[in-house]
Amino acid sequence: MSELLVKNGYVFDPLNGIEGDKLDISVRNGKIVERVSRRARVLNASGMTVMPGGVDIHSHIAGSKANCARMMRPEDHSKDPETKTKHTRCGVGHTIPSVFTTGYRYARMGYTTVFEPATPPLKTRHTHEELNDIPIIDKGCFTLFGNNWFVMEYIKQGRINELAAYVAWMLEATKGYAIKIVNPGGIEAWRWGRNVRRLDDVVPNFDVTPREIVRALCQVNSLLNLPHAVHVHPNGLAEPGNYQTTIDTMECVHDIPTREHPLIHVTHVQFTGRKGWAWPDVRSGAPEIADYVNTHDHVSIDPGQLIFTNVTWMTADGPAMFALFKLTKTKWFNADVESETGAGVVSATYKKGNYVNAIQWGIGLELALLVKDPWKVFLTTDHPNGGPFTAYPRVISWLVSNGARQKLLDKINKTAKRRLNLPGIDREYSLHEIATVTRAATARSLGLSSKGHLGAGADADIAIYNIDAPKLDLSKEYKAVKKAFARAAFTLKGGRVVVKNGEVAQSVQGRTFWTKPEVSAETMGAVTKELESKFDDYYSIRFANYPIEEQYLTASQVISTKGEV
Amino acid sequence: MVCTFCASGCDDLQITHDGRRVESARNGCAISVSRFTSTGQSRISKPLVRTKGVLRPVTFGKAIDRTARILSNARYPLLYGWSQTSCEAISKGVELAELVGGLIDNTTTSCHGPTILGVQDVGEATCTLGEVRHSADLVIYWGCNPIHSHPHHTTRFTIFSKGRFRRTRKERKLVVVDVRRTDTAKLADRFIQIQPNGDYELLTALRVAAKGEEIEQDSIAGVPTETVEELAEMMTDCEFGALFFGLGITMTAGKHRNTEAALALVRDLNYLTKFVIIPMRGWFNVTGANEVTTWQTGYPYAVDLTQGYPRFNPGDTSAIDAVTRGEVDAALVVASDPVSHFPGAAVKHLLGIPIVSLEPKMTPTTEASEVVIPSAILGIEASGTIYRIDGVPLEARKVVNPPPGVRSDVEILDAIIKRVKRQGRRR
Repeated sequence: MSELLVKNGYVFDPLNGIEGDKLDISVRNGKIVERVSRRARVLNASGMTVMPGGVDIHSHIAGSKANCARMMRPEDHSKDPETKTKHTRCGVGHTIPSVFTTGYRYARMGYTTVFEPATPPLKTRHTHEELNDIPIIDKGCFTLFGNNWFVMEYIKQGRINELAAYVAWMLEATKGYAIKIVNPGGIEAWRWGRNVRRLDDVVPNFDVTPREIVRALCQVNSLLNLPHAVHVHPNGLAEPGNYQTTIDTMECVHDIPTREHPLIHVTHVQFTGRKGWAWPDVRSGAPEIADYVNTHDHVSIDPGQLIFTNVTWMTADGPAMFALFKLTKTKWFNADVESETGAGVVSATYKKGNYVNAIQWGIGLELALLVKDPWKVFLTTDHPNGGPFTAYPRVISWLVSNGARQKLLDKINKTAKRRLNLPGIDREYSLHEIATVTRAATARSLGLSSKGHLGAGADADIAIYNIDAPKLDLSKEYKAVKKAFARAAFTLKGGRVVVKNGEVAQSVQGRTFWTKPEVSAETMGAVTKELESKFDDYYSIRFANYPIEEQYLTASQVISTKGEV
Repeated sequence: MVCTFCASGCDDLQITHDGRRVESARNGCAISVSRFTSTGQSRISKPLVRTKGVLRPVTFGKAIDRTARILSNARYPLLYGWSQTSCEAISKGVELAELVGGLIDNTTTSCHGPTILGVQDVGEATCTLGEVRHSADLVIYWGCNPIHSHPHHTTRFTIFSKGRFRRTRKERKLVVVDVRRTDTAKLADRFIQIQPNGDYELLTALRVAAKGEEIEQDSIAGVPTETVEELAEMMTDCEFGALFFGLGITMTAGKHRNTEAALALVRDLNYLTKFVIIPMRGWFNVTGANEVTTWQTGYPYAVDLTQGYPRFNPGDTSAIDAVTRGEVDAALVVASDPVSHFPGAAVKHLLGIPIVSLEPKMTPTTEASEVVIPSAILGIEASGTIYRIDGVPLEARKVVNPPPGVRSDVEILDAIIKRVKRQGRRR
């Protein structure tokens, strides 16, 4: 029995309403408990800030497109090598780090749970191979459904129960965690080099609309009681004027009944929150979107904050990537996946002097600051699309300090600065709000009851930062904040100290979370039979070779739900 | 069952066996059937270590001891092969290379290495093979002969396959570009005979023609300009085109400049229509070898781990170059036969350094080895993950037990890693 007492830290635990109180946290056998015996090892956190381990809801860390990006961009790695140490394997950064480095760098920032937000079902075995190899952190992946032939056909036929059973089958077959929709219908149109831009455009050959796809999958999410909301990347990504499609997408499901958590999570809104008709005219649509989010409870968002640096764009949205490639003229990777989805990768650089980039940077921060409730907006950079996840500390410094923002505002494109709302926003996040948007709210949105808080029964995933909370003026000393969040004083994973003074002290194996919705044997039987009969027509591999066995996951953690189908 | 011969990853094999040997492999091509039913031929039954110039049987432990010593004492060990084993084994290989500070390279270095270099310059517009089956109305095989190298490619994925939007042979056009009239060319609607080493020229001319520019010469690489223009028109006018290419592009004059031109041509065509490009990779898990080393080290092949962090500089850190320069002083060869495949100068050096082979059957490389450890054949006697040409992962499953005392690559590599770690501690 191993016991540990994290003593005298300033604890920020938003889910339990603890806001910077000086408290002790007791840990026994990897879990947080009420109290421990006197023999417990003591970890002195005096003068430090204690938070639950960070939970990232959207970060492209594993799978075929991440690996295509790594393969395509040796120039990304060569300047950022990680040498092996006694406790760590070697690897490389920068925007698309190798797997070992990914785990270490997250842990160093105090993050202990990360979700890969888009896995093509047919290639998900690959995603799990990489997730298995990522050390320390717990993880999971969201399975792509928005352009799947079976999904579109069930919707066309109006067979929502069968669709629900299919989604349940697929989540189990791919060991996926949630329903992900990327550019609904648009990637199927990309088969012929086309796209579907608006919510009511018709998908070629399938005669369904993005609206129908989003609505049906949201209904399925409710029917299956899935732990997370439907995670949506709307149509029209990166196009000027797309903010209206984003709002329409949120609005199109507002009438679907939901349980405790929001029904729909709209992701990396910085890429889909643009007003204007053409590139020179792009403006921020953040106020309108924030207004919608502030007045509706069925939705949450994350900004996908932009960082001025070199980045790698990667998404399942093949047509959007090609459109962006035509602007950057750098390198373009496209990988369509039969009957299911696609993927694109492009290398790019965001520049402060570039008008559109500066507007994008502003949209992200405006969203984070204008959405009043921190439980509805989470911190992401849509790694590595807006910037690498290692830039989170920088984003935190912008959120806690108006001064830090203004300093950068003086350096960005002048026209963009004039047209943004950001200079007039003086809200500054508190540490409590930072703890909310980086762990508590994301854990709650994911439905992970053992994550994101420090109450008894939670996993002992704890981040301890060198921040003397009552004394430090976050707004003025934002540089110290940035430094503290970049290198955690301690990170505990399952009660074990994995990071000490910002360096990895030991490597452990994290778990992979996946969802297993229960569906009536009758419906599932009928659906499986139908799948089996059509499978050879749709796929180039056999039905029996498609599902991934649970043993394939090095450390599997299943979350079962009871469906109403 | 998944076939473990070429990288087409045919997974519709039906196997009958008696528990010891495979008796038949239904649905398999001739090569596949032969591979599955001849597992007993020229097998190595016991670990061998060279003493006084002769390979003699030893215990597994002794062979591992000797291997660990060779690798630990080497200053620049090469860990080579990997394309005919599982991703799990390759993963162990990277760990071992990091541990002993070596150079890990796979057979990509001698086949589609230039393809990867091309991708690193321009990117790649590709898709899974099922997409080609469903949608392609134009298929081009360039510098490859799948009828012999990937026998079921045409029936499962291209001209003879039945997809959702293309159901018959008549709905697809096949163009073959090659230096000679191959058996694949005999099936083509259009065969274009190109002069040897003329690929770069013709690919570039096609880019020009596809953009609607005029070509001034009368012929390009032996192909009349009208034919070039016709082919360009076929490419721009199709709804969904697929270009498959083989070593005829990657290993002829120009190498990665050829692949760059091919990748750029397909990229440009996407401005006008939908077009994809897929390299015809050879061994059943050469793609997996690239994938594993990429996600673990950032680089797909030719990864130097001697400095404690990954370095990638093909030409410097690629196996053939490092061996030819005489820098490599020991080699671990897993499921490959470099003594047969490497150029003469490289082989000459290889024969002078200690080689450890993990191999099911006798090969010229095992004959030249210091240590030979027999291994199970993946997909027949051992299970593991493999990647198809197009990056679709499959699980190759074990059907029969390996011969007594023969272990899988994963088990053998694991034993070597443990032994090397123990030695390190003792030091």
